[in-house]
Formats: sequence, structure tokens, C-alpha cells
Amino acid sequence: MTLRTEPFVLNIGPVHPSTHGVFRMRATLDGEVIVNLEPVFGYLHRGIEKLAEERTYTGVISLTDRLDYLASMSNNLAYVLAVEKLAGISVPERAQYLRVILAELQRIASHLIAVGAFLNDCGAYFTPFLYMFREREKIVDLFEMLSGQRLLYNYMRVGGFNQDIPDEFMPALAKFVDTMPHFIDEYEQLLAQNEILLARAKGVGILPKEPAINVSASGPVLRASGVKWDIRKADPYCLYDRFEFDIPTGTAGDCYDRYRVRVEEMRQSLRILKQAMPQMPSGEIKSEVPHLLRPPIGEAYGRIEAPKGELGFYLVSDNSIAPYRCHIRAPSLLNLTALREMIIGWKVADAIIIFGSIDITMGEVDR
Amino acid sequence: MVLSNPGINTLFRAASLPPDWPGGFWWHWLVFTVIILAFVLTLVMGFIWFERRGMGRMQARIGPNRVGPFGLLQPVADAVKVLIKEDIIPAKADRLVHWLAPIVAFTPVLLVFAVVPFQNGALLADLNIGILYVVAVSSVTAVGIFMAGWGSSNKYALLGAMRDIASVVSYEIPVVISIVSVVLIAGSLSLNQIVLAQTLPFILFQPLAFLIFFIGASAEINRAPFDLLEADSEIVAGFHTEYSGMKFALFYLVEYGEALAISAITATIFLGGWRGPWLPPWLWFLIKIGAVFFFMVWIRTTVPRVRIDQLMALAWKFLFPLALINLVITGTEVLVWPEGLPWFLIFVNFAIAAVLILLWSKLFRLGWGRVEVRTIR
Repeated sequence: MTLRTEPFVLNIGPVHPSTHGVFRMRATLDGEVIVNLEPVFGYLHRGIEKLAEERTYTGVISLTDRLDYLASMSNNLAYVLAVEKLAGISVPERAQYLRVILAELQRIASHLIAVGAFLNDCGAYFTPFLYMFREREKIVDLFEMLSGQRLLYNYMRVGGFNQDIPDEFMPALAKFVDTMPHFIDEYEQLLAQNEILLARAKGVGILPKEPAINVSASGPVLRASGVKWDIRKADPYCLYDRFEFDIPTGTAGDCYDRYRVRVEEMRQSLRILKQAMPQMPSGEIKSEVPHLLRPPIGEAYGRIEAPKGELGFYLVSDNSIAPYRCHIRAPSLLNLTALREMIIGWKVADAIIIFGSIDITMGEVDR
Repeated sequence: MVLSNPGINTLFRAASLPPDWPGGFWWHWLVFTVIILAFVLTLVMGFIWFERRGMGRMQARIGPNRVGPFGLLQPVADAVKVLIKEDIIPAKADRLVHWLAPIVAFTPVLLVFAVVPFQNGALLADLNIGILYVVAVSSVTAVGIFMAGWGSSNKYALLGAMRDIASVVSYEIPVVISIVSVVLIAGSLSLNQIVLAQTLPFILFQPLAFLIFFIGASAEINRAPFDLLEADSEIVAGFHTEYSGMKFALFYLVEYGEALAISAITATIFLGGWRGPWLPPWLWFLIKIGAVFFFMVWIRTTVPRVRIDQLMALAWKFLFPLALINLVITGTEVLVWPEGLPWFLIFVNFAIAAVLILLWSKLFRLGWGRVEVRTIR
């Protein structure tokens, strides 16, 4: 009798503990090694782009919350920037500063989840995840003070914000900014030089520089591959040209670098927060904008550096109260396009952490 | 004198009632079987509570605290819930194998405790090959786990089962070699004799063997960071993906029963078993088991999981050669001091262990996953 082996197909997902939602990887395995991989998505498609054509410009804001539900503030910001560009609306300086503060807080919150979930995928049994949720909780509390919501904030408006910040917000923010570096140091102490984490993440899932640019990756995934590209510097929006901060980049483009870049970005965000808080002027929080906005016929593309990468809204107006077309450039989806090349040749366990290191939200991938 | 025949009576007694056993043979067997069953089942429940609460504290949360005082009755509530759950067998499963697997996996866990002394002489059977029996019996669990993985006809379960066999086959070797070096010092395979030989706990004379045994045993019973066969973030629940109801509960019992068994064996052969000052021996034994188990919980909450090739590399490149070197050193020491090891060897052995571990970590990296930072293409 001769023994023979054959590759077999393993469906990882759509319902699986580590698919961060409903994502499916049809992996062809040779033993434990993945020889082919077919990513399948679309399980969470809600037709947000089409729904946006039926709503007023203000009404779409609550839809953008549902894109990357771990970074609702950033989604709001990208959308209102696009509308303001389309309608030529100026924003008071106080609102600009607050937008920077909220976007950076949201970046920290999103990266905390990204790093925590990545380590969970590595098999650190929920400890880093829960530690990072503990700190994210404080950011969520801050957002709750502003908007009354803890996940889908719906706080930004075209031309500013729907209401001014409460009095207790700035002291609470100052306290958070003071204590947060200590917690980041704590994570670094526990994890950065952990031998098992190094063995698992270093050199695994390498995305080299050229392919990263070719698939139009952005955000921490692109920067970990060594490309110094950050829209906050390259195409400054709000008031980002007034603040000093560095763009952390990786050298190898592996899972470990993507983890490192995220941790460093949290520190840089805190740096921006420290500069922005004392500079924030008093005054109006919202400029005069008509209730039913009718932007002139034309098109506009507003983009920001969202926690996961370049988030852009492309809006076309036909001078009615609803956008004629709304297209969303979702960073999660475009970063995901490199997944197959990164995973093939690695083992099942690596596939999970490579997927986790890209940091996607299925709400944004499927829209 | 004519009516009774004392000669036959004494002969009968001599054959069936050894003087050091309380009661008759069957009484002894019955009492200790009940004790072991009660001990294992209650302590496993206690451990489940202990692990969930302990992990809660370590993970900045509370843990179960609703059922009973401090949530102590949570395992009982879970057991009741699991008992009344539907037992689902997949349509394409190999029904006999699927049904038999939990039993095959669970029985050896109980059998191990037959030779574990709770205090001097208090054990079901003082086998003169006690530790060999433990090693032999405990690896039968792997058969049950493979049956579960194969019989479920599920790909995740099969992957988990393959990983389990690979880890058990590899880690058995360093574990046994590190046990042999303990046996060399104790001069006996009987667990009771090993405890009696420990005027000082063997962890002091055999730090390296303790480390190898503890790591190897953790890998063999699939405690974190070697819990690859049920890695929930990779292969959902591994070999017991397709199990529900009481069968699942049995696998849960296997997992914690094995942890309890390894804690008990570690406490017995390295930490001096029931020996200790002031407190009663059985309490010392429980405290030591608890301490070893606490260490396992601590590790589980602290470190990420290794990959399968790194698991193999750790066994064959680190633990196996180190265990062999340790065996040679211990053998030499026992040859030089046949009357018992002098106390200053404690420092010598700790130094040897430190040097060897440092040397070996310079020579090898963990698997082929650790690639030094490459330049970008």
C-alpha cells in the first residue's frame, strides 16, 4: 500500500473567532502550510454608498458612523471635510482644533483595539486585549461626554459640531493625556521584547515596499513597509500643519513592524494632543450652514489619515439636498488586497496573525 | 480448638491483608477509589473556579462572582447546564469513535492518581514502578484526543488532533529523561519512596530537570503557551469543536484533570510531596498542587502561543539535549556521592542550569519563524 498526501481546503470563516467580523479565507492547506488562499468578503454589505444618495447631507453623517465602527469620529471627519470642500464652507478655528483632538483620540482608541486584537490572534489569551480595552474605555468615556454615545458618535456636522464641549471635558482630557504614556510604557515593557511574540511576528507576513505601494496600501500597513506617507503631512487638513509630530516607519514590513508602528503612532498622537489642548481658542463651534444644504453642482474628494489608512469620500452634487453619488475609499479594503501574497507559504497560525496585523474592520470593507 | 483453625485464618490474613494497609484489600481499594474520584472531581471544579477568578484578576476584570459566595458555585452551575444540553453528533462523524473518545481521554487522568501519595503510605497502590506507570498511563489521553479529532470528521478538529499527536510524541522524551535524573537521586521509581528520599526538595538539586519537566508537561497537556490543539484564535476549538453536552464536559474535565495530575506529579517528585513542617501532610500536598497550578494560570495569562514548528523546535533543539546533558551530570554526581548529594551541589546545579540555558539560547532560535530583520526588496 502506498501512502499519499493531498492538499485540503479549509474554510477559515465567515464565522470564526479571529476574522474580526465576517470574513472568509478559503485556504488550501498542505499539512499546516497554506499553498493557496482565496479571500471572500461581502457578508456585511449594507449598501451604505447607495443609501447615502437617498439622504440629506447631514443625514449621511450617521451612516458614516457605521463604516469603521471602531473609529466613528474619523469617518465623520472625512465626510464633513468632503462636504465642506464641495459647498465651500469655512470652519471656525475652535472647531478645527477640536477636530484634531477628536481625530487623534480616535486614532489612539482604534490602535489600542488593533494591537490588542493582534496579540489576541497571537494567542495571548485576552490579557493584552483587556488591558487595552481598559484604556480605550477612558477615551470612550470622553466621547460619551461630547455626544452621549459610546460607539457611533454622530457628533460632527458640516461646518463644525452640533454642540459645544461640556466644561468637564478638557480637564478629563488633560488627565487622560497625562496618564496614557505610562500605560503605553507598560504594554511595551510586557510585550515589545517578548521572545514568543518576536518569534511569531518577526519576519512573518512581509509586505515589501513596492507591492505595498502598488496595491495602494495606506496607513500603518504602508508605513511599516518603510514608506514615509502620512496625509497629515503630505496633504494637511484641519490644522495639522501647525503641530509637530513624526511619522514612525518600519523597516521590514512584517507583522512586528506593523505592531511597532501602531504603538509609536499612539505616542505621536499624544504629542499632538499635548500641543493642541492649550492652543484651542474660545469662540464659535459651528459656522452658519443652512439646514438643507444644497451644494453647487460639482464634485469633491475629502481625505484624512484615518487610523487604518487613507479614508476618502468622493461626493458628486447635482444641487439637490442629497448627494448624487457618494463613493468611499475604505483603507481596510485596499490594505486587504495584499493579503493573499502575504499569507501564501506560511502556516495556519501565521495566516491568522498576518490577517490580524492588517487591522481591518469588516464594516468598512463591505460597506 | 477443634472448631476453629487459627492456622488457616492467619494464612488467609497474611495473603490478603498486608500489615501496613488499613482494612482488607478490597476495602482499601474501595476507600481510595472513592477518595480519588472525589478528590479529582472536586479539585477540578475548584481549579476551574480558581483559574477563572485568577485570570480575571490578572486581566483587570472580576471573573465569575454571581453564583454563590465569590462565584464558588459557578463550576456547579456550569456542570448542570452542560448536563442538560443536547448531545449533537455530526452527520458524517464516525459515531463509535466519536462516542468513545471522551471516555478514552478521561479514564487515564483518573488512573494517574492511583500512585500519587497524599501522605506517607496513603495511596491506592504503592507500585514499585510508580513513575513509569504515570508516564505510560498519562499518554493514553492523546489517543482519546486523536479519536475525537478523527471521529468528528471536521477539519479544525483534525488539525488539532494532528498537532496534539506531534506535541505528545515529542515532549514525552525530554519529560521522561528529566524524570530519570530525579529517579537516579531518589534510587526508586515508587512515588512514595521518591517523596521519602526528599529531605530537601529535588527542585533544589535538579533545577534544570524541573524546568524541562514543567515545560514539557505543560506542552504535553496542552496548557498555554502550548495550547495549539485547541487554539481558539486559529482552529476555533480544535479537537472538541464538534462536541457538546456531557461529552464536551468530559473533555473539559480531561483538560483540568490533566493539569491537576501534572501539578500533583510535579509537587510529588520536585517539591517534596506531602513533606513540610507544622501543617498536616495532606494540606502541604494540596498547597503545593495549588502553587504549581497557580504558576500554570500565570503563564497562561502572560505569554502568546507558539507555532507548531516552534513547538517541535523547542522540544528537539532545547529540551531534549538539555535533558540529556542534565542526566549525564546527575549520573556523575550520584556516582561520586552515592550516600546522598551534599548540600553545596544545590549552588553548583543552579549555576550549571543557568549556564546551559544561556548557552543554548545563544545557539538556537525558536523555529524558522524568527528571521532577523531583512532589508526591504
